[in-house]
Amino acid sequence: MIPASFGYVRAGSADEALAALAEHGDEAKLLAGGHSLLPLMKLRLARPEVLVDIGRVADLRYVREDGDAVRIGALTTIRQLEFDETLAAHVPLLRASAHAVGDPQVRARGTIGGSLSHGDGASDLPAVALALGARLVIRGPSGTREMDIDDFFLGFLETAVGEDEMLTEIVVPKCGDAGWSFQKFNRRAQDWAIVGVALVHGNGSGPTGVGLVNMSSRPLRAAAAEEALRNGASATEVGALAAEGTEAPSDLNARAEYREYLARVLVERAVAEATI
Amino acid sequence: MSLVGARVLRKEDPNLLTGRGRFVDDLAPAGCLHMQFVRSLEAHARIVSVDTSEAEAVDGVLAVFSIRDLADLPTLPSSPEGMGRPILAKDKVVFAGEPVAVVVAEDRATAEDATEGVVVDYAPLPVAASIEVALAEGAPLVKEELGTNSPFGMGPDAAVAAETDAVFAAAPHSRSLHLVNQRCAPTPIEAQGCVADWGPDGLTVWATFQAPHHLRNKLVDFFGIPAHSVRVIAPDVGGGFGSKIVFSPEYFLAAEASRRLGRPVKFMQSRSDAMVLTTHGRDQIHDVDVAFDDEAHVLALRLHVIQNVGGHPDATAMGLGVLTTWMASGCYRIPSIAAGFQVCLTNTTPVAAYRGAGRPEAAYMIERVMDLVADATGVDPAEVRYRNFIQPDDMPYPSATNEAVVYDSGNYPAALQELQRLIDYDALVAEIAENNADPSKPLKGLGLSCWVEIAGFGPNGSLEGFGHLGSWESANVRIQPDGSVIIAVGTSPHGQGHETTFAQIAADELGVDFDKITVRHGDTATVQQGIGTMGSRAVPVCGEGVKNSSAAVREKAKLIAAHLLEANPDDLEVGDDAFSVRGTPSRSVSWRDVAWASFQPLEIPEEIGAGSLEDTRFQTVPNFSYPSGAYGCVVSIDRITGEVTVDRYVCVDDCGVVINPLLAEGQVHGGAAQGIAQALYEQMTYDENGQPLTATLVDYLVPSAADLPHLESGRVVTPTPVNTLGAQGIGESGSVGAPPAVVNAVVDALRAGGADIDHIDMPVTPEKVWSVLREHGIIAGGGS
Amino acid sequence: MSTAQTMVNVTINVNGSDRNEVVAARTLLVHLLRENLRLTGTHIGCDTSNCGACTVLLDGHAVKSCTVLAVQADGCAVRTVESLAAPDGTLDAVQEGFRQEHGLQCGYCTPGMLMAVTSLLTDNSTPSDHEIREALEGNLCRCTGYEMIVRSVRWAVDHPNELEAPA
Repeated sequence: MIPASFGYVRAGSADEALAALAEHGDEAKLLAGGHSLLPLMKLRLARPEVLVDIGRVADLRYVREDGDAVRIGALTTIRQLEFDETLAAHVPLLRASAHAVGDPQVRARGTIGGSLSHGDGASDLPAVALALGARLVIRGPSGTREMDIDDFFLGFLETAVGEDEMLTEIVVPKCGDAGWSFQKFNRRAQDWAIVGVALVHGNGSGPTGVGLVNMSSRPLRAAAAEEALRNGASATEVGALAAEGTEAPSDLNARAEYREYLARVLVERAVAEATI
Repeated sequence: MSLVGARVLRKEDPNLLTGRGRFVDDLAPAGCLHMQFVRSLEAHARIVSVDTSEAEAVDGVLAVFSIRDLADLPTLPSSPEGMGRPILAKDKVVFAGEPVAVVVAEDRATAEDATEGVVVDYAPLPVAASIEVALAEGAPLVKEELGTNSPFGMGPDAAVAAETDAVFAAAPHSRSLHLVNQRCAPTPIEAQGCVADWGPDGLTVWATFQAPHHLRNKLVDFFGIPAHSVRVIAPDVGGGFGSKIVFSPEYFLAAEASRRLGRPVKFMQSRSDAMVLTTHGRDQIHDVDVAFDDEAHVLALRLHVIQNVGGHPDATAMGLGVLTTWMASGCYRIPSIAAGFQVCLTNTTPVAAYRGAGRPEAAYMIERVMDLVADATGVDPAEVRYRNFIQPDDMPYPSATNEAVVYDSGNYPAALQELQRLIDYDALVAEIAENNADPSKPLKGLGLSCWVEIAGFGPNGSLEGFGHLGSWESANVRIQPDGSVIIAVGTSPHGQGHETTFAQIAADELGVDFDKITVRHGDTATVQQGIGTMGSRAVPVCGEGVKNSSAAVREKAKLIAAHLLEANPDDLEVGDDAFSVRGTPSRSVSWRDVAWASFQPLEIPEEIGAGSLEDTRFQTVPNFSYPSGAYGCVVSIDRITGEVTVDRYVCVDDCGVVINPLLAEGQVHGGAAQGIAQALYEQMTYDENGQPLTATLVDYLVPSAADLPHLESGRVVTPTPVNTLGAQGIGESGSVGAPPAVVNAVVDALRAGGADIDHIDMPVTPEKVWSVLREHGIIAGGGS
Repeated sequence: MSTAQTMVNVTINVNGSDRNEVVAARTLLVHLLRENLRLTGTHIGCDTSNCGACTVLLDGHAVKSCTVLAVQADGCAVRTVESLAAPDGTLDAVQEGFRQEHGLQCGYCTPGMLMAVTSLLTDNSTPSDHEIREALEGNLCRCTGYEMIVRSVRWAVDHPNELEAPA
């Protein structure tokens, strides 16, 4: 249960972190909250030679309004999201979904940037980011770039963040009066979702999106369901399309068929909840 | 005021609450080395070679041992005849995770690093990972020398079987069930570990163990060393549930490593180690037939049990089927019972005792059977039970299963009545029916579990078969010079609160203040020979010993008090730390003065020698005890997703006289939680290659407070004649009684919803329920 | 500037005192507490961050110390179970609640439970039973079935006077 040896570098700023990544190349991994990386390292399933600790980069921990958007620093903890008043007022889907992640101890350490960068299809926040149509700010040696969430998740635990880059900010739209719902179906309260749905329905005056949890090896939108939702279809009609384009895994917790079924059920429930 | 029966707060708590508990991993003797296992990734394979050279070369590694380095050591104790388990894998491995080598290093991190440097070359063999595969024609043999994967079985007696068959042939009705009582992992939150220190003055082993004297006896035999030089200490132990009475290799390996290296050696499992190394529980398959009449009277039962014992069977596993078949009658008067079992070796982690150890399986079987009979006859499930109950007047009741089984006491109708009262049964049944008529509401079901179990191990002979020295339990009561008391008991608690319970018993007998009594345990150097804590025996056997020893000391003390008071000992009463003459309370002498005098030959009559206020006894009991109860569970099933929620769970227990109701209730809650967890969440799963798929707590679903229901308790008391306390023991009751109530409730709900099913296997997962709903075309709209 | 160190110099304020240790970078906070500082009240029950036996307060919030590197806690304040009772042994309200309502049996998960509960009551001094259970979803107990743990927290909520202000 003890990780293999590694070299430790502490970064006091994003620039220091990037310099360390540049120096150590693909031997190095960023360490934020550590709740995705350290469990893998303790089982020796991951053995980075260098850890660049960005946990102290205080200026990446914030939630602030910016016009009709809310900007969130990548190192904002999930607990901070859970208790944030700005999010409560303007992006309640994100606040509610943060409460559903893991358990209180995990939420105290895990970060939104860490969760998105890890890119696990079974995590909650990537699905929320998809539903909200988030934009990601990524910083690298050649400067800062911004990208759509739809271009971010590339494959199994693979995101668009390069080896020498780091995610610094997540920008989400204010949701106004948009209805929303977060559905998480799991066995135990602390477990990852067997299937989860993040849904926001702006009905013209805010974002509309449906993100799925654990319906593929990477975070995925329920694109067909989303389109039907935009076109004013009923909850049942939208739900019926939930599993289109997904590749639900079969594992101990559920076979793919049951996951597909749950996706339909949960999307239907989410639409119903969002339109009350 | 009598403390027996009182809600007394625990003596153990202040230490544990302030972080001052001393568990094995907290020990850090000077110079302590750390041991880690190299575990097999193969479930069944010949060991072609073990290359330890790279590991040995790691800086900080003192030694790496495989079996070739330990050739002089015998096989591990308590292996059944002909199934000796070597201390490390020899020639082949028979379960995934089996230790092949050990690394001993200066610190844990180095030991973990070095294990990666041990290179083992395996030649894989075909795997028998399940009972089905292991019993099939041409199955790979786990132990070739046995010539079979099923080397042992018992019953039914041929004459009994024939008679039972005749009853079946003549019976108006019969039905059958195939039940899987799935493999579980006991998962105490503290894993297993030890510190062994073998120096010139002997061997000391601190171990996470439920029976330290038993471990000492085995170390003595194993190493061929004299007992006086071996000391085993069970410090604070973080739960056991039966898994910490197994002679795992590490206790012997750490000792041998300490002997060779001249320093203490610590081994502490990680949870990943524990999930594959610590013995598992349950894993029985039942085929049961029940014969009954139109009025739901059960006429006969036929039961065949297959017990999966894993790759290196433990002796305990051989006996689980015995206990299951012994308890096949449950709470019911069943005239003809033909029950038998067979064991089955598989390429999986060995199975041994897990809270209830064979009796939860029996209760599960018979309670599913009773509901099956209710479904078949249309008779209310509670009524079916009333019609078949053994009555209180039938006690002591010789079971039809085996002449060794004579139920001591119990009032099953009273327990069920009390349960029905607590849940307002008739109204609840009506409310559930009304609820189920509304398709927009979740399906609800009510499940009963009227159960009895065999506890208080046990009468002479009952534990010797498992290699224990005896079936008694020891108690030593010793008055200190100031009148305070030290009691040494041979049980070894790991959460049960014996220090409190036994002090309550002693306080009442001795008339000494509760706060002036200390109960010691778990150290073979300071506690007389003991047997240990298992089989819900501490209160009925050891408690009885504490009571009788205390009474004996009291009577001796009265002689001294009488001498000091110049009174007749028969006129003396004791209480509030003093002896006084009945009717003349001013004529009294304190326990302090009596105790002091007891060490002063000049103060006491010649015939009473100095130091006499002490008593040691090895308490025996004439019979097992049979705690019982009636549990009820209400579930709601989401008609769309199949998710099961427990809305209400009520436990009515009868353990005879209760010594401490707070602790007794705690035991029921803990056991019931494990039982509900088995019903809904837990399953130790292997794939067809013998790879454990649930080898961490991510996948093995031990539930949290958020996942389990509120638990309600009730009580019936039928004192047992087995001891003068009238107490039966309660440690395993919850885990015996809990699972059937849940499953019965689920089946009840599904049948109410229109699914004509006889059964659904544990764990009852949402997907399983959804499959039933779908198969029977009763899944609610949406998502189809 | 960014030489990767395999040994790190860590200063943590533990239970009110600054403690300095030089440890391997891979040292988990739980191991620094238990092995270096000999504060063995915090326990280890798993290796996948599920059981919560290792829960401590890090800058006032409950965290699983097995999933925090000691070096990540450098410059931070940590409170362990050893900080709850008064020096003379008087139990705080949460500990007293567990004693009054039999919220512990073997005691192994208990330190983690106590710290998780302490954190809960800092966030929410009057939790419902549901909120108590939810707050403890990351703390596994095998002995109690949780019913009496919930009662213990209820006791602490009803007898708040003994609760210290958080560090």
